[in-house]
Amino acid sequence: MTMVQAMFYLMGFITLASGLFIAISKNLVRSVFMFFVTLMALAGLYVLALADFIAITQIVVYVGGILVLIVFAFMLSGRETLANLQQQQSKFIRIKKLPAILLAVLFFIVMINVLFKTNFDGLPWIQQAIAQKNTIGTNDAMIGNIGVGLMTHYLLPFEAISILLMMALVGAAHISRKEKGI
Amino acid sequence: MISLSDFLIVSAGLFCIGLFVTLTKRNAIQILIGIELMLNAAILNLIAFGKYDRFTNSGQTFALFAIVLAAATTAVALAIILNVYKKYKTIDPDKTDQLKD
Repeated sequence: MTMVQAMFYLMGFITLASGLFIAISKNLVRSVFMFFVTLMALAGLYVLALADFIAITQIVVYVGGILVLIVFAFMLSGRETLANLQQQQSKFIRIKKLPAILLAVLFFIVMINVLFKTNFDGLPWIQQAIAQKNTIGTNDAMIGNIGVGLMTHYLLPFEAISILLMMALVGAAHISRKEKGI
Repeated sequence: MISLSDFLIVSAGLFCIGLFVTLTKRNAIQILIGIELMLNAAILNLIAFGKYDRFTNSGQTFALFAIVLAAATTAVALAIILNVYKKYKTIDPDKTDQLKD
């Protein structure tokens, strides 16, 4: 086992274990902070998939933006949330959770089944990319390529997403403002 | 090197955990976290496939777009959650079941 593989298994394990902790934990604060760990481990997985720029963006946007927003909303929505969470420890909850467990496990089995039957490493376009040396190597710096691509080949989706982001932020500010006299 | 299907297995597991969190939690913020987990599983798939596209970088570029979309979604969703809390004094989706007051 090489170093890269060991790192991959470590990161994958941390991702799935902290995800499971989010699912099982009854404490909202702990699950929010475990979400932080999941996001960091996912950034590590992106680095191992040779997408370092996406990994940095993940840390900046998710950890710096989304997680802080979630913590803010959690603090602003007050003590009742915490009080509710303390009461949840009865046995009925587990019976209620049974359909969800069943759905998630069955969906996982279906996806794994598809995955093993398809043999993704032997797909024609992937074989073609390997034959034409179209794969990203460990020494390639892709950031310049992504930047040029954003301004040329992907200009229309880039503009569309910037307009959508502006609309979403204006909408969020409009929703959360104080209303007078309605 | 790590094969493609290893990434896909991790991503499938993460997606199912996100699905489970979304279905079981009784708090709007935790449901939002579950949705973010599912989005992250999709982004991991995009990046794992994007390794085989060096010249146009389509996988990585659309992973960037997906991250930005997730940020916009979260901002709007949290604004809605705060408004719901102001009106109902709870953010349990089972209890906020009235359109009129």
